[in-house]
Amino acid sequence: MNSLLDLNAIKTDYQNRAKNVTRRIIICAGTGCMASGALKISNEFKRVSTLMGVHIETELKKEENNYNLLTGSGCQGFCQMGPLVTIEPEGIFYVKVKPEDVSEIIIETVLNGKPVERLLYKGNISGKSCKTQQDINFYKKQTRKILADCGNINPEDIEEYISRGGYEAAQKAVTEMTSIDICREILNSGLRGRGGGGFPTGRKWLLAQKETNDKKYVICNADEGDPGAFMDRSVMEGNPHSVIEGMIIAASGIGADEGYVYVRLEYPLAVRRIKKAVEEATKLGILGDKIFGTDKRFTIHVMEGAGAFVCGEETALMASIEGKRGMPNPKPPFPAQSGLFGKPTIINNVETLASVPGIIKNGAAEYRSIGTKESPGTKTFALTGHVVNTGLIEVPFGTTLREIIFDIGGGVTDDEGNLDPEGFKAVQIGGPSGGCLTAEHLDLPLSFDSLISIGAMIGSGGLVVMNKNTCMVQVAKFFMQFTQNESCGKCVPCREGTKQMLSLLEDITEGDADEHTLEILFNLGLAIKKASLCGLGKTAPNPVLSLLGYFREEIETHVMQQRCPAKKCKSLLTPVVIEEKCKGCGLCIKKCPVGAIAGEKKQPHYINEALCIKCGACIEACRLDAISEGV
Amino acid sequence: MNSENNLYINGREITIESEKNLLEVIRKANIDLPTFCYHSELSVYGACRLCLVDVEGRGINSSCSMKPEPGMKIKTHTKELRDIRKINIELLLASHKRECTSCVKSDSCKLLEIASKLGVEDVRFKQTLMNKGIDSSSPALIRDMDKCILCGDCVRACDEIQGIGVLDFAHRGSGAVVVPSFGKPLGEVECVDCGQCARVCPTAAITPKSDTKEVWDVLDDPEKYVVIQVAPAVRVSLGELFGYKDGENVTGQMISALKHLGFKKVFDTSFGADLTVLEEANEFLGRIESGEQLPLITSCCPAWVKYAEQYQPEFLGNLSSCKSPQGMVGALIKNTLPEKVNVDKKNIVSVSIMPCTAKKFEITRNSAEFKDVDYVLTVQELGRMIKEAGLVFGELEPESFDMPFGFKTGAGIIFGNSGGVAEAVVRHLSSNLNGADATVSDVIELRGINGIKRKRITVKDRQFNIAVVSGLKNAKELLNKIQSGEESYDFIEVMACPSGCAGGAGQPVTHNSETVAKRGKGLYETDKMLQLHNAHENPLIKDVYESFLKSPGSKIAHDLLHTHYKSRKRFEGGISLIQSGEEKKKISVCVGTSCFVKGSQKLLNRVVRHISVEGLSDEFEVSATFCAENCDKGPTVVVEGEIINHCSFDDLKKKIDTFRSE
Repeated sequence: MNSLLDLNAIKTDYQNRAKNVTRRIIICAGTGCMASGALKISNEFKRVSTLMGVHIETELKKEENNYNLLTGSGCQGFCQMGPLVTIEPEGIFYVKVKPEDVSEIIIETVLNGKPVERLLYKGNISGKSCKTQQDINFYKKQTRKILADCGNINPEDIEEYISRGGYEAAQKAVTEMTSIDICREILNSGLRGRGGGGFPTGRKWLLAQKETNDKKYVICNADEGDPGAFMDRSVMEGNPHSVIEGMIIAASGIGADEGYVYVRLEYPLAVRRIKKAVEEATKLGILGDKIFGTDKRFTIHVMEGAGAFVCGEETALMASIEGKRGMPNPKPPFPAQSGLFGKPTIINNVETLASVPGIIKNGAAEYRSIGTKESPGTKTFALTGHVVNTGLIEVPFGTTLREIIFDIGGGVTDDEGNLDPEGFKAVQIGGPSGGCLTAEHLDLPLSFDSLISIGAMIGSGGLVVMNKNTCMVQVAKFFMQFTQNESCGKCVPCREGTKQMLSLLEDITEGDADEHTLEILFNLGLAIKKASLCGLGKTAPNPVLSLLGYFREEIETHVMQQRCPAKKCKSLLTPVVIEEKCKGCGLCIKKCPVGAIAGEKKQPHYINEALCIKCGACIEACRLDAISEGV
Repeated sequence: MNSENNLYINGREITIESEKNLLEVIRKANIDLPTFCYHSELSVYGACRLCLVDVEGRGINSSCSMKPEPGMKIKTHTKELRDIRKINIELLLASHKRECTSCVKSDSCKLLEIASKLGVEDVRFKQTLMNKGIDSSSPALIRDMDKCILCGDCVRACDEIQGIGVLDFAHRGSGAVVVPSFGKPLGEVECVDCGQCARVCPTAAITPKSDTKEVWDVLDDPEKYVVIQVAPAVRVSLGELFGYKDGENVTGQMISALKHLGFKKVFDTSFGADLTVLEEANEFLGRIESGEQLPLITSCCPAWVKYAEQYQPEFLGNLSSCKSPQGMVGALIKNTLPEKVNVDKKNIVSVSIMPCTAKKFEITRNSAEFKDVDYVLTVQELGRMIKEAGLVFGELEPESFDMPFGFKTGAGIIFGNSGGVAEAVVRHLSSNLNGADATVSDVIELRGINGIKRKRITVKDRQFNIAVVSGLKNAKELLNKIQSGEESYDFIEVMACPSGCAGGAGQPVTHNSETVAKRGKGLYETDKMLQLHNAHENPLIKDVYESFLKSPGSKIAHDLLHTHYKSRKRFEGGISLIQSGEEKKKISVCVGTSCFVKGSQKLLNRVVRHISVEGLSDEFEVSATFCAENCDKGPTVVVEGEIINHCSFDDLKKKIDTFRSE
């Protein structure tokens, strides 16, 4: 007779041991903070504490009392301010910590519980010091559900995850619920796929659940590839067990006994943490041949993808796992009917799976209490671009762009990074598959459907804020370049079409476009959207179509007047000498590669437009800003 | 009409029968939706996006990949769909080397045909060419990747029909390209020259290599005495190039045309086929007698022979040592004709017309001073020469083959079909052993388009287990079953191309899936119309034996009509990393690409270290091997003949420990 795994014992044991800790030092060990030196900070804590005779341990002890605990955490989201250090139980939150600050932190905070004023975050407008995360607008305005534990717990310690109620939902699903009940609960919660499409997760599960097959698979799609997006990476780095727990519940829901986590090779930390988490869960009997002590089996393989964007598309992803070239296949058949190795398979995104345990634990109704009716729950976004606070955020669906950019993000910045209250121009949402939103959309409550209705999509959640000095044609060109590079080359519209769209956009920025260019661009965009084989192709024209829709005037100015209003398209520049400013130093004459500038010494120079190749070298060379970029 | 099983195409009702996909239903409704990447014999690929239809409630979808469902409402030519198709063609043309006026495929190019059908009058996009260059390294095929539209037909044909997979995609986005393994030239990889890739290619990206210039040159040379032989399957396909119906026999006009072109003698490869029957049957009975080297496997198909040499050298002993009919006629021409026509042997030029691209490789197999055949032309090339010479093919007065190698029985004719060689041998055996001719009903199961056909034939009191295979993937499957002991045969006929030579890659290009079957039918009808159906009844063959070859299997017959094979397998054994010894247990770790990617190199390094650290090098020998052909289950390690898939270091260590404790 099998005896069920006693999660409660692990939980109580951990909590008892945690009581013996005086203070806990949490160093953010997300990729962002690691890059800005979190490891050095951690080592410095160990070194200095030894020198000072302050008792610091790096893991919970069984017997000892009155010591301090030093652990890492996953991404806390405030990446731009890293390395981040938090001291519990006071929750004192330090930003941009340097190794030389460590001894002061130990003396003041670790030993005496007092904050070091100069290391606290100061509000960018009020200038007020914020002692804890909850004093900071960036955090205060968020609703962190999926990310709730990301910055608090040690992602490499399964017992800490369990001590906070982890794996209870999975245990409940495996030991108490029928597969159909699990799928229905998820369906009732209204959870929708966070990978971009927004397909109801419960419906997907039910499709696979009703297939009769001895073998089924659960795949976690962690091939996050949108430029500037790092939500999935952060969840895997910060709370890998939540993803595994979601997978166990999914497997229980559809009757699968094997799972894959398909994660990008470029996420080494995420790969390491998820592998370690799988190992630890297996050791405890949460994964393996007898999960939670039942007769059910579920194992997880971690597979590293080689970095092709298209492998985030589910059929291409499965081909890649099967060892084939990562190219999509036509759907139907859907993976839920015939997926990995021809078996019924569900593929869910990291964030989707991480949302699952909460739903099973607290019920669908509780989940629906946040967010909108059609898009319940919260969504993480990677907030980047011209915004004061960049980083990883989580808000309920229905939040407006204005709240995200101005309350959480702290407002729009100019090119130098200074706050510019009037600077907002657009937000690119959903990466290369999404579109641009303008000032008129600032008060639109964000949800899957509201965005599709205006030609954009949530996508996986990249949010790039752009100020008024941004050339929208260049932005569209950037994304088109990306999809063109990342197209697998299988179907004609995507492979050849994106290449031609890119070339048409280049014509526009190079001044080679004419009145037909925009029409061809539009028609081609529509054809690619309708005719492509997979989601990558079907959404590839979105950035351009939304450009044509919302920034028609700007693009027409490029074409008809050969002028770039943001002055970012060099070929459209017409350098002109401002006579009042020019002192006739001759520097521009020297720098001009084609000899288009002439003039007497100490007299204002002039530019021969017929010779000028619009390279902009003169503008850069002039120390007196006496050459303007023209009209 | 069962209305429950109907769907609606452009508002018109049509019944779903056994169609695999929507496209087949639409075609049944007489709507010819264009496609590049759909072939009924290959897997669905869905890349060309031309067969798109508008399905009510589901939007635009490719019809090749959709299952027909009752009640579906489908539109096939809305403005949106027509626009998309045109844009798709324009996009393809923009990156295609458009030299249509001087392209070998201009009379049969599908891209050209569809562009014209869809009314593409203007290419609105910039011409982008990669200048990928031309690969002419293969003896049989030319690749011009600037004409490739990446439909993937060649990739799937090579993999799914032949089971070889010499071609695949590399790179991505607009840089995607079809390349032979490791990006090498086609002539340097394990291609068997069957040309099925060229047969399915809609453009001129892969075409049979042309030797017409060389043949024109010898025809123009007054010193040369140029003779030609024509393979059985040519006479029922050449007419397609001149407006004849599919499968129509145009032997008379063909011979006349060849004479017009300047060939001094026109012989029939079917004569060589009759001769092959006698030699092969003799060899077969000998092996039956001794019970050795069975099953006997035919050797007429050069692509199959090369395949066996490369992939299944363990079966080379089973291959008939007979040269192909082409080789036999070639050898007789070179060895008997000089005397007869009083021309110096060095001035005799032997040319053949073949439905096959691999025959171009076959003639390079022997490096003898005088090759049996000097040039091989495909049917396509012959058609071009006839057109270039301005011959009005349909108006030519029919002529007949020259003697002696122009006379054949029906047995030699049906060699052009899959099952033909087996049937010809059965006909011969039955009359030889039984005194009575085999009836059609005995052999009918050997005919037809099935990839693997099996038949037990009883002749008098003897039973012969016969298998007929076409498509090398089927051959591989059958040979595997023989190796595993699951099946056993006495005689196996293998043809690389589906349906045999009728479906060869040297045949005229056809986009009609029924053409090949009609050619096959044409051959069986030709057989029927001949007076003789049994190879040994051929009086001219009897003459040749009496006057020259003596008897089947004689010394001279052996010297001229038989050949030998060699293993071309690239990797055998492996590279020993820990010194070998007789007593040692053998561990081989596959480091082929697939296993390598899955970490086999690391595994290999660890096990080598483990063996030396633990001082086990007296007991174990470790070697690196290439491709254990378990690619989907790598890393693969073979320990003393036992295959361990998904092998980890711990698995291997355990295995080593078990061996040590024994």
